Amino acid sequence: MISEKELKVIVEQVLSEMNNKDFAESKKDTGKSQSDVDHIDDNELSDITMVDMRKQLLVPNPENREDYLQMKAKTSARVGVWRAGPRYKTETLLRFRADHAVAMDAVFTDVSEEIIAEMNLFTVKTKCKDKDEYLTRPDLGRKFDDEEVAIMKEKCKMNPQVQVIVADGLSSTAVEANIRDILPVIFQGLEGYGIKAGTPFFIKYGRVPSMDVVSEVTGADITCLLVGERPGLATGESMSAYIAYKGTVGMPEARRTVVSNIHQGGTAAVEAGAHIAHILKEMLDQKKSGLELQL
Amino acid sequence: MEEKIISVGIDIGTSTTQLVFSRLTIENTASAFSIPKISIVEKEVIYKSNIYFTPLLSDTEIDGEAIRKIIENEYEKAGIHPGDVDTGAVIITGETARKVNASLVLEKLSGLAGDFVVATAGPDLEAIIAGKGAGADVFSKSNRSVVVNLDIGGGTTNISVFKEGEVIDTTCLDLGGRLIKIHPDSMKVAYISKKIKKLAENMGIQIEVGQVITVDQVERITNRMAELLEEVLGIRKVTEDLELMLTTKDLKRNYEIKYISFSGGVADCIFGIYTDNEKLIYGDIGVFLGKSIQKLDLSNHFGIHKPTETIRATVVGAGSHTTDISGSTITFSKDIFPLKNIPILKLTVEDEQLGYEELRQAIKEKVSWFGLHHEKQQVALAIKGVKSISFGELKLLAQTIVGGMAEIISMDVPLVIIVEHDIAKALGQTIQTYLEYKKDVVCIDAVNVSNGDFIDIGKPLANGRVVPIVIKTLAFGY
Repeated sequence: MISEKELKVIVEQVLSEMNNKDFAESKKDTGKSQSDVDHIDDNELSDITMVDMRKQLLVPNPENREDYLQMKAKTSARVGVWRAGPRYKTETLLRFRADHAVAMDAVFTDVSEEIIAEMNLFTVKTKCKDKDEYLTRPDLGRKFDDEEVAIMKEKCKMNPQVQVIVADGLSSTAVEANIRDILPVIFQGLEGYGIKAGTPFFIKYGRVPSMDVVSEVTGADITCLLVGERPGLATGESMSAYIAYKGTVGMPEARRTVVSNIHQGGTAAVEAGAHIAHILKEMLDQKKSGLELQL
Repeated sequence: MEEKIISVGIDIGTSTTQLVFSRLTIENTASAFSIPKISIVEKEVIYKSNIYFTPLLSDTEIDGEAIRKIIENEYEKAGIHPGDVDTGAVIITGETARKVNASLVLEKLSGLAGDFVVATAGPDLEAIIAGKGAGADVFSKSNRSVVVNLDIGGGTTNISVFKEGEVIDTTCLDLGGRLIKIHPDSMKVAYISKKIKKLAENMGIQIEVGQVITVDQVERITNRMAELLEEVLGIRKVTEDLELMLTTKDLKRNYEIKYISFSGGVADCIFGIYTDNEKLIYGDIGVFLGKSIQKLDLSNHFGIHKPTETIRATVVGAGSHTTDISGSTITFSKDIFPLKNIPILKLTVEDEQLGYEELRQAIKEKVSWFGLHHEKQQVALAIKGVKSISFGELKLLAQTIVGGMAEIISMDVPLVIIVEHDIAKALGQTIQTYLEYKKDVVCIDAVNVSNGDFIDIGKPLANGRVVPIVIKTLAFGY
């Protein structure tokens, strides 16, 4: 047995050794940080959102790296990100915040006027007066003031077979990313099928059911709305097409046919456009949409 | 939303003729809100025929009439009407794989076998089909390893190498169980192939048809044949004899083989138990060859995988694994199918990186290679394409293709474009625009082809959203 006195000696000895070591270490650290100051990297920081997370595995010693990566390739979920204690690693946290910022931007920015002009679209606005009202009052995002309806009536060809419209929805980014590619492909496809399209236009602060007002106003057989999807953490560029045959205000949602996930990582805009043109043709032939449509 | 189709596989080999019917289930696995994703979700063999000796008129000529009777009889036994069959393949393999036999079988089976493929399988295709029929592709995928399937039939040994589900190498050796035929009672040689005769001569054994052969001589020859398998697998020093036996290029042997499996008729002889009296029950050296392979010390080098099919591997492969389906967003101007035996012109990666004007020239030049003897030849253009293509680029690509394929467009055949990335519907529609909708255009995607392949495109399935395709690697190869 060690006596209390002996124990005291040992503890003192250990403590003094530790102090010495700490001192030496801290001295070393200071030296290092001084030299760091001399070598400031003025290059641009690399963009962490450019890393393809499906190919990134942060688990240090995985049992089977290849299998893990193969599973990761199938999902955009943040799996295999490892941890620092009970928390995310810095890289993971920063990436999460960066992706979240992309989503916020997608919702809160407006579709640029240049793109709307480039696509030869005119703009009508729902009853929402700004983004905040748009987000808090979904009911207003589907209605139009009389002046706006008058603009539609004035500028649109009436009773077309297909009326195509574009709305910002919850992602202006999605509209900006896809519209240049998808819109001309849809019109090209319609031309190929010999279908007469109406005058396309842009709806600001538009939600999906705003298309039903357009259906009633223009008297179109089919209305096809291209709208920015609510962004997630995987992409802010995802667009959907909602398509309805003889849509009416207040009709059941089951009457809409949807093509979702139109973005680079999902279905590319051009291929989606060609597919939508095909759906529009089927819809005209079958005179149905939504769940009743047989594709 | 399932759709079931029936596929027939007929394998006319050097020694045996067999038939299977498979049921393929096609389903759209994407959600209702997405672009459809239609694929074959299940393959099930629903009928296996008896195994017949292939009726021959001579050593190399098939008795077409007798084949027709066998096939007719089997359709009847299976209770399947020829009209019920949607797809499938007749594969003529081994020593009987000659063009004259192919056209004979085509003629005899027409009307009986629907619209499916008749092909003399080149050795590469045969190896791939047998490997898939034996399940080596699936096994290599689930084990993430390299698996070699050796399909040892009557006339040839077809070897396919799969890595994680994909074919990475194939070869063919003139080694098989019926290359020497022997009268069981008299021990007189009834037939010996030229190459085996030469192989025996190299060992100092002279064999002539009509002469008596001893069991010892047979065993020495089959032992040597088995050794050649070790040579090709890279565990024995390669000799000149291997060169003699190869009918095509050698294996590359630049990968590590983890498992091997045996299929074909001789596979059953490897693991079967035979008394001395039974070794000549087939009147050939099949059992001896099987026993010689069994004596090799292969299990020290590789894991031995038991295949899902042995003697029926090729026919099951032909019935279940030759048909694939295209991507689900494709273009075809009207139902002009089936299209058969269209040779593939695949652009290289370097070609596709060229500017559009150079690319147009490159296509034009390569198309002209196919037009031998001033005879115009239908060609399908295969490209990789751009994954997320913009509309501007799409238009340029379509113009380029229209320009490059001008010669084909001027012919009275459809313009067939095969693209790897999922852009076929948009590309096809754009090409149609440039051709002012006056030309039949077929544009399909999600299909992997190589130069030298031939493609068959069948009648559309799943309400016209997909077409079944059969890719024939080096069909009519010899």
